[in-house]
Amino acid sequence: MPHNKFHTIVTTVENKPGVLARVSGLFSRRGFNIESLAVAPTDDEKFSRITFTVDVESAPLEQVVNQLDKLINVVDIRELDPEASVSRELMLVTVAVGRERRTAILELIEDYRAYVLNENLTHMTLSLAARPAKLDEFEVDLRPYGITELQRTGRVALPRLDETPI
Amino acid sequence: MTTNLPKPGDAINGGQALVRALELEGVEVVFGLPGGATLPIYDPILESSMRHILVRHEQGAGHMAQGYAHATGRPGVALVTSGPGATNIVTPLCDAYIDSIPMVCITGQVPYGAIGTDAFQECDTTGITMAVTKHNFLVTEAADLPRIVHEAFHIATTGRPGPVLIDVPKDIVDENNPRSAMQWYEATDADMELPGYNPSGEGDRTAIMAAAELITAAVRPVLYVGGGILKARAAESLRELAELTGIPVVTTLMARGAFPDSHELCLGMPGMHGNYTAVTAMQNADLLVSLGARFDDRVTGKLDGFAPGAKVVHVDIDQAELGKVRAVDVGIRGDCRLVIDSLIECIGELGGADAQSDRGAWRSQLSGWQEKYPLYYEQSEPGNLLKPQYVIEQLRDLNPADTIVASGVGQHQMYASNFWKFDHPYTWINSGGLGTMGFSIPAAIGAQVGMPDRRVWAVDGDGCFQMTAQELVTAAVERIPVKVALLNNGYLGMVRQWQELFYDERFSGVELGADVPNYVQWAEAMGCVGIRVDSPEEVGPAIAKANEINDRPVVVEFRTDPGENVFPMVPAGRTNSDVVVHPSQRGE
Repeated sequence: MPHNKFHTIVTTVENKPGVLARVSGLFSRRGFNIESLAVAPTDDEKFSRITFTVDVESAPLEQVVNQLDKLINVVDIRELDPEASVSRELMLVTVAVGRERRTAILELIEDYRAYVLNENLTHMTLSLAARPAKLDEFEVDLRPYGITELQRTGRVALPRLDETPI
Repeated sequence: MTTNLPKPGDAINGGQALVRALELEGVEVVFGLPGGATLPIYDPILESSMRHILVRHEQGAGHMAQGYAHATGRPGVALVTSGPGATNIVTPLCDAYIDSIPMVCITGQVPYGAIGTDAFQECDTTGITMAVTKHNFLVTEAADLPRIVHEAFHIATTGRPGPVLIDVPKDIVDENNPRSAMQWYEATDADMELPGYNPSGEGDRTAIMAAAELITAAVRPVLYVGGGILKARAAESLRELAELTGIPVVTTLMARGAFPDSHELCLGMPGMHGNYTAVTAMQNADLLVSLGARFDDRVTGKLDGFAPGAKVVHVDIDQAELGKVRAVDVGIRGDCRLVIDSLIECIGELGGADAQSDRGAWRSQLSGWQEKYPLYYEQSEPGNLLKPQYVIEQLRDLNPADTIVASGVGQHQMYASNFWKFDHPYTWINSGGLGTMGFSIPAAIGAQVGMPDRRVWAVDGDGCFQMTAQELVTAAVERIPVKVALLNNGYLGMVRQWQELFYDERFSGVELGADVPNYVQWAEAMGCVGIRVDSPEEVGPAIAKANEINDRPVVVEFRTDPGENVFPMVPAGRTNSDVVVHPSQRGE
């Protein structure tokens, strides 16, 4: 999957009823495709953060930002270039694990630095927070064992730090 | 003003606070229709200084508020009830949104605790109107009302203007409900809580200088002027810019009157039904200076082939318009008046009029086109069918130049826009972006209410008339003396024209019939004077008679030629180079 067609936009929005509907409504009526979306409160209860990854082939990035800026409840918009930001996404996945497969799965968990959240004799629920591409790889590696349920959160991102000279 | 005005800190209920807050915003007129959810708002209106105009359908309230705003520049206000009251005003909200008309709409809502229960006359008004308003509010506490009203007017009238809706649950305005109790305060700018709203007006000086350089050097430039000039009250500045540079001006459908049609630099309206010279000038320009216009598809035609050799300077108050449709060479976000004033300064610094490129060849090319392809129609012989263009010309000639013309949507709109001479700003009111049939009568009423001393003519078609004619009852009862020129050709004429030209004359669903309803009887039944005109020689006397009646509305029904078509025309999907002129001007 070519990742450079997806850009991450981090918005700070007023924490008011209906704000998510305003943002998602704007995306649908303007024909902007959202690849992923994450919403969470910030350290200031007046504001929330909505992070989305948009397909910039569906609409020019500038147009997406300018239209978002017109929403009264959107306070701040930051566009994060994939090259200049760090991003993470969380995956929870339940896989079928018979006794004979357990060792192999544990090796995968070790390799990916995932966690076991829950397990019984037949299944295991794992979590992994990583770059979205890494989650894709993890999913591919788990698939032969039998994925019974899988959820991803949508990515969050922050700008890469400047290299501060010491 | 209201008797017993509340003082800060006085105990007051939300209904009284809402009405008082509207008065403080300078609201003089409210267009509305009450219902269960707005009963507590209508009670304090009895003591208010505001005039309430009772409409016959909520769509009328919305378009009246728009017409009022168009004519006066002040925000129009509509007040409707919950549920169907709110859904009936969605069309005017959408119309105001796409045409950037400042308007504040107050809707009643079921009590806050009942929201989400499918209560009687409940609908999700903020949800429904989110996509057709600049912003909307659901008020949850009575104490928020003064602040929210102030914010609503601020948002509606600043930056790119637009409609703002305030949804008001019944309990917070009902004096019998403890949730309506509050202490009065006069909201000021300092009370506003709009951290994400920062409309900016000044353009970037570096970009303006770059634009000035492009303008000074251009050999075939055109000033492409849109409705933003009117919103920014920039007609004077525009004229100064045009005269300083000698650059010709096209005025879009939303900008008719922003630059005088009688000015030698005015080329008139461009676009799908614009005149040949305006369309062709843009198409051949080496520079388009777009001022408060948005490269609407009705102006550009097929985008790939639009003005292929032109560089573009684009000035707009809305950053999102810059480059949205057409890539720009210089984009300037700003208020048109402020930017044009700076542009004039910058052009002056570059040497002003004397430094402009030689545009003699361009000017003679333009006047050659104007001479060869003027707006044209074939006048009928006496006794034959009446031509709609002739009616517009007679209306134009028999009314003062500052007459306000409000149009519906269709062929009559294009005849009016092209054949009237607009020499004053704010004299042309129409539904440009949404193309709302039925717009003209309520919009004309709103304009007349805002401008009681001016003459107001609605130019309407028979299809449009049947959509909103009931508001003439409102006008008759309220003694609002609008005049309606009803061009009755018995068809949905513009659709009929397209079926004739592009669907092999297979006419489908377009014939209304000219005889039913009987428009004269209908007008009389609504308390208006009704006059019918069948032939050219009756046109002038009928208009003169209508102009003498000032105590009630007048409807003049003109029976026009159903076969008449609007030319020039750029067929849909074609470039503006394929503009088709009147049949008698072809074949050379």
